[in-house]
Amino acid sequence: MNKLKELFLSKKNILSIYYTAGYPNLGDTVPVLDALQSGGADLVEIGMPFSDPLADGQTIQLSSHKALENGMSIKLLFEQLADMRKTIDLPVVLMGYFNPVFHFGVEKFLAKCKEVGVDGVIIPDLPFDEYCTSYKPMFEAYKISNIFLITPQTSDERIRLIDKNSTGFIYMVSSASVTGAKANVSDQQVDYFKRVERLNLKNPRLIGFGIGNHDTFIKACDNAHGAIIGSAFVNLLTQEGASKEKIGTFLKDVRA
Amino acid sequence: MANNYFKEYPNKDGFFNEYGGAFIPPVLEEEMRKITDAYYAISKSHNFISELRSIRKHYQGRPTPVYYCNRLSEKYGGRIYLKREDLNHTGAHKLNHCMGEALLAKHLGKKKLIAETGAGQHGVALATAAAYFGLECEIHMGEVDIIKEHPNVVRMKILGANVVPVTHGLKTLKEAVDSAFEAYMKDPINSIYCIGSVVGPHPFPMMVRDFQRIIGIEAKDQFFEMTGELPDKVVACVGGGSNAMGIFSAFLDDEECELFGVEPGGRSLNYGEHAATMTLGKPGIIHGFKCYLLQDEKGEPGAVYSVASGLDYPGVGPEHSMLKDLKKVNYTVVNDQETIDAFYELSRLEGIIPALESAHAVAYAIKLAQENPKTSILVNLSGRGDKDIDFVMEKYGLPEDGN
Ligand SMILES: Cc1ncc(COP(=O)(O)O)c(C=O)c1O
Repeated sequence: MNKLKELFLSKKNILSIYYTAGYPNLGDTVPVLDALQSGGADLVEIGMPFSDPLADGQTIQLSSHKALENGMSIKLLFEQLADMRKTIDLPVVLMGYFNPVFHFGVEKFLAKCKEVGVDGVIIPDLPFDEYCTSYKPMFEAYKISNIFLITPQTSDERIRLIDKNSTGFIYMVSSASVTGAKANVSDQQVDYFKRVERLNLKNPRLIGFGIGNHDTFIKACDNAHGAIIGSAFVNLLTQEGASKEKIGTFLKDVRA
Repeated sequence: MANNYFKEYPNKDGFFNEYGGAFIPPVLEEEMRKITDAYYAISKSHNFISELRSIRKHYQGRPTPVYYCNRLSEKYGGRIYLKREDLNHTGAHKLNHCMGEALLAKHLGKKKLIAETGAGQHGVALATAAAYFGLECEIHMGEVDIIKEHPNVVRMKILGANVVPVTHGLKTLKEAVDSAFEAYMKDPINSIYCIGSVVGPHPFPMMVRDFQRIIGIEAKDQFFEMTGELPDKVVACVGGGSNAMGIFSAFLDDEECELFGVEPGGRSLNYGEHAATMTLGKPGIIHGFKCYLLQDEKGEPGAVYSVASGLDYPGVGPEHSMLKDLKKVNYTVVNDQETIDAFYELSRLEGIIPALESAHAVAYAIKLAQENPKTSILVNLSGRGDKDIDFVMEKYGLPEDGN
């Protein structure tokens, strides 16, 4: 069975961690992944760096630029992940912008994902309609989940359509903004979480953008199947490097 | 091409055949949809059109003239005519779409205009439009450009705009776009993003083109009135492609007119030394739209350079990308040195100092005239060169001093 499906059937309060491949050092991609598994993360999103990440705030912009400077690329990422399934059981999702994938070749990209054992892909700037008309059959052929983002502005009708045409999970962007760790979750956001909950979607939901500590994580878990932490974790890598111990402590503190 | 070109392109999702569209995160999707709906509803209304027409005439000083270059034509052959966008208020064509975008913003009840600028021309035009309509204006500009284009920074500040320095990456145009997008996404309710050319996600390439069509509509009439015929050739420089779309749009149905888009050849056609997007790029996605794109082996937007700061963008308007594939427009390249030569030729033979961007088009017109001594050539002179004089003197000096 698909690892994503298995995870959501077997667990609640999913903690998903995002980090940028090749950051802080080019060789850190796999060590960070190992540390996340042993520290108890449930799901990992590995960011493929891009120079113009329109959906991302300062933290991830900076980590992306550094990773590119370090020499990160899609080709290299697949080389780094070639043997990951020997040790990694966690579902792994790749997240990145469309042009590098398009340039690499969408079909070749999906074939590589399958080969190394990647379970899903998030491409925030690939529009849902473009996916349906041009790429959906390819994703299905390689059994790679394509995960879509929804926001407080997305209509019920569209959310239903996205739910029907995607697998894995639905990525609920917490507010009309870019990524970045924030201190709390507002009532308005909770209203939106509830609205989506009432739609009874077939896919599980994870909340991301602005989740960064124990309080925001718990609040997200009250309203969805779990949450995604990105910027706060990347900040940790910036300060501490790929330290297995610090990563473990971070994860424990978030769950507490 | 059918007469209903403007009804067919772009399609309802903003595609010009395979190019264009809206490759943007969902946070922006909804806002773009709102702007698109508002644009369709408002821009065709009688009130909007009459207000814009009045602005064009009384504020911008339109129509700008078409002028026959007597001495330039005598020297190089052909009959060379200029559409004088350098005489548009603020000295370039950019104000044509800025007044349109700002008028739309007013109708939408927006309080703030946000944009990026490279050389500062778009920033100055938008700051002007903001002052006219009493709106706030925030211009994002790379630190490198802020130093290089100091006079335009001063102009924007005098006009009341808030100039936000961009400090990441190469600190030039591409980063300024990222920063402006980010600022816009923080408050899409009260602000509106006013892009600087026929680029970006739908509806911008369509909207900016429509606002720039005034160039072609006027020029075609004026040229016909002066000569009793249509020009054999029409030439414009292409950065993002707004001035070129503006003039080409009037001639797309006229098989007898050959259209030429001139891209910056920079120092050489080696990677990083030019911005000849359509000549050397291949299809890709940048800043929310699909187009010909200069990119590196990883699919990152490529490093670009041109003597004209308004032309150094790794992407190009989606409509140009389509027109290239359809072979409706010939895209060619002029290098830095040819541009500087044309800059001086036009200054000394006609008393018109062109913007370095526009001098690319003049340089190509000179080539065409030499090769076709009987032909008539209409050049879009997109802007005046005052902004470039210090740079040209410092970097190249005067012709008699051995440049
Ligand atoms: C005078 C002038 N011409 C041309 C351009 C290039 O833009 P576009 O290709 O959109 O006309 C610029 C851009 O700054 C400009 O200032």
